[in-house]
Amino acid sequence: MGGSTDSGSQNRLGRRLLTERVSGYWLQGAGYFAIVLFALIVLALLYQSLPLLSEYSLVQMLTSSNWDPAQNQFGFLPAIVGTVYVTALTMIMGTPIAILAAIYIAEYAEGRTKTLVSSFIDVLAAIPSVIFGLVALIVVVPFVGDYLAPAVGSSATGLGIFTVSLVMAIVVTPFMISLSVESLEALPDELRESSLGVGATKWETIRIVLLRAAGPGIFSAVLLGFGRVFGATIVPAMLIGGQTHLPSSPFATGQTLPTLIVNDFGELMSLPLTQSALIFVGLMLIVVVWLFNFSAMILRQRLQQRWQF
Amino acid sequence: MTTNTALTTKDLSVTYVGDREVEALKGVSIDFSANQLSAIIGPSGCGKSTLLKSLNRLHEIQPNVEISGDVHLGDQSVYNTDEPVPKLRKRIGYVPQTPTALPLSIYENVAYGVKLHGEYDSKNELDALVESYLQKVNLWDEVEDRLETPGAELSTGQIQRLCLARSLAVEPDVLLCDEVTSALDPISAESVEETLVDLKEEYTIIMVTHSMEQAQRIADDVVFLYLGEVIEENDVQTFFQNPEKERTKKFIDGDTIVEYDESDDDSPSEAVPAER
Repeated sequence: MGGSTDSGSQNRLGRRLLTERVSGYWLQGAGYFAIVLFALIVLALLYQSLPLLSEYSLVQMLTSSNWDPAQNQFGFLPAIVGTVYVTALTMIMGTPIAILAAIYIAEYAEGRTKTLVSSFIDVLAAIPSVIFGLVALIVVVPFVGDYLAPAVGSSATGLGIFTVSLVMAIVVTPFMISLSVESLEALPDELRESSLGVGATKWETIRIVLLRAAGPGIFSAVLLGFGRVFGATIVPAMLIGGQTHLPSSPFATGQTLPTLIVNDFGELMSLPLTQSALIFVGLMLIVVVWLFNFSAMILRQRLQQRWQF
Repeated sequence: MTTNTALTTKDLSVTYVGDREVEALKGVSIDFSANQLSAIIGPSGCGKSTLLKSLNRLHEIQPNVEISGDVHLGDQSVYNTDEPVPKLRKRIGYVPQTPTALPLSIYENVAYGVKLHGEYDSKNELDALVESYLQKVNLWDEVEDRLETPGAELSTGQIQRLCLARSLAVEPDVLLCDEVTSALDPISAESVEETLVDLKEEYTIIMVTHSMEQAQRIADDVVFLYLGEVIEENDVQTFFQNPEKERTKKFIDGDTIVEYDESDDDSPSEAVPAER
């Protein structure tokens, strides 16, 4: 009888070990699938970009500002400049506000105020960005066109780079705030106590100790915001004016790389080179985002090393 | 007690008024002698850390804390005063239980408070200060050739001595130590203990400890805290060999189980927030 129990438990162990091995492979497969998927997307985009790349020189396309697919003119410079412009303006407006708001919520707000403020920020972060675009068309566009642009001596319809940047700042700031608050709140109280315990003020503690300690996390938050602005499609498509030229001022209309794809998508079927050009834009976006994430990862590790606690 | 009193608490009560009201300290009055090492002992959740933090108002970083009574540092009131809190905390330093390096270099960790208070005239003077305090905690020889590396790269024992150096560098009168050896291996703990014993020549040290052996080894005075009340306050010899109170005797004999009085509505449970 003892023998049969032995072989029973032996069988059972065998099954458990088999499950163990199989689940290991299965999880590993799921992990590698992400890499394979990324590679496949890049390859597909690259393959479809080849007709364009074999026809025109890359340097010439990246530096030419003449975009006219009907005439087979594929200058990407206006969209590149537009993207850089929008991303830079958005981050300049959004990042300081995000960090300050995060500090307020994590370190100063208490009790009900804290719950109220952070729940509203979470709600803002959850609103689909098309709604921001819609409200901006009613509110921000007339405001910029009728008041702000004339006030700085510029004439504009209200659609353009600045409007997009302003609205994108409103779209991404709640994300950056939420994530930054999380990194600040994850810090051990001992850091605060150690700093306050030698007679530091609360602000000194935040500036010198907490912002460093949470620095890598806040950096990631800002970077996530950056990625969202860089790849933003719907808000720029609604508000940028959709004219492919080099923007002459922040209030000028323009084009970003994603809006170029969206706005010219209709012509795609009839002109094979245009299709290839728009796919090449997609390739550029994915490569830049990848390069950016990669260097950010390295930078983040450096920061973590330098500001460890 | 023949020595001067450095720090006094008068009827100090601390209540956490969150979802559930917890009275962590109930009218504590203690005299801490100058240039002595006083140990606060007692079972977990009996208000030891709360008492320590309320001595320099560090508990105020937690929301929902109510306090009554007062603490006196010499003639200076800690609570009923217009004196800015950072100035008071500079005089009453605090070292937390978990060895915590600030996210700065070893050098900047020690110089941190000194720089904030601007108490130096030249870089050379600051260098000398940093060296002297690292010497004082017996850390200089181990770190002198890597002062620019992050403090967090040191071992936990070294970090705890770095914390001591950081606290001492602003020249406090009193140093509060919250179970500073509990996170350390025995060898590091011994070295920190030795440092503390050396330091009491110059400073008044108030230490929370969960180890009666440690209190016996290095303390001059012992305060026994039980359910937020001081049961006994005595010099170390009397406390351990001839305690006045029955409760103290039981505790020394190893009965560390807390007996809650069921009729008392304010009795804290195991989850007293101060002892997180």
